[in-house]
Amino acid sequence: MSTQVFYFVATLSIIFSLMVIFAKNPIHSVLYLILTFFTFTVHYVLLNAQFLAVVNFIVYMGAIMVLFLFVLMLLNLNKETEPSKSPLIKIVGVVAGCCLIVTLVGSFKAASINSPLILKNQGLGLVENLGKELFGPFLLPFELSSLLLLAAMVGAVLLSKRDEVEA
Amino acid sequence: MENLTTQMAGVPLNHYIYLCAIIFTIGVIGVLTRRNAIVIFMSVELMLNAVNLLLTAFSVHSNDPSGQVFVFFIMALAAAEVAVGLAIIVMVYRNTKSIDINVLNRLKW
Repeated sequence: MSTQVFYFVATLSIIFSLMVIFAKNPIHSVLYLILTFFTFTVHYVLLNAQFLAVVNFIVYMGAIMVLFLFVLMLLNLNKETEPSKSPLIKIVGVVAGCCLIVTLVGSFKAASINSPLILKNQGLGLVENLGKELFGPFLLPFELSSLLLLAAMVGAVLLSKRDEVEA
Repeated sequence: MENLTTQMAGVPLNHYIYLCAIIFTIGVIGVLTRRNAIVIFMSVELMLNAVNLLLTAFSVHSNDPSGQVFVFFIMALAAAEVAVGLAIIVMVYRNTKSIDINVLNRLKW
């Protein structure tokens, strides 16, 4: 029963991510992307990475998707203003993507890793374990990522501020 | 929760690899075939998420929490990237009244 859950959720995430890139209306794309991220959260729960599941839920589905939706609503984009490429470019893009997947799958077949995924340590993805790792060997990258977020915040405000000299 | 995850032992690692490869490729196709800058951005997010899931699967497979810490850093990076990128897109829209990336081909020179 349990492995069926994985295949069911995997099918759903593939379907939803296809809908993201083939939906004509950008608003629908964002909504399908939210569903895709929800299926990813389910994948994290199935892998017992509960901390990542919660972070994925809050950061991706909460913060990032609200930002996308907000910008789309702010720019007032809908199906009429949606630019589309010529059919030739679309076909070439899909063929290039198919070549990529064939290459990837072929190389993974050659590597032939088919050992089943076994969770050896039940507490692997819990906050306690990850916190010890994050504030132990990964302390410097953690502090640097706070600098990165600060720089991104300042940059976003600076970029979206209207230029007073020009206007 | 506990018996659910112990029952998950049946899924082979290479099925996770195939799933992530497929979703990454869908992201690549989205970047190649769409012209709306925001949809291209969403395809990039899709690719980042495929890599995140694969890192988590490998982390569980090799019983090493470092992989999940890396996923955490990638999520922080994605949040920063989206904030700056959407600010740039709003700026482009304000100047050209369109988010068609073909308008930006003047950047080539």
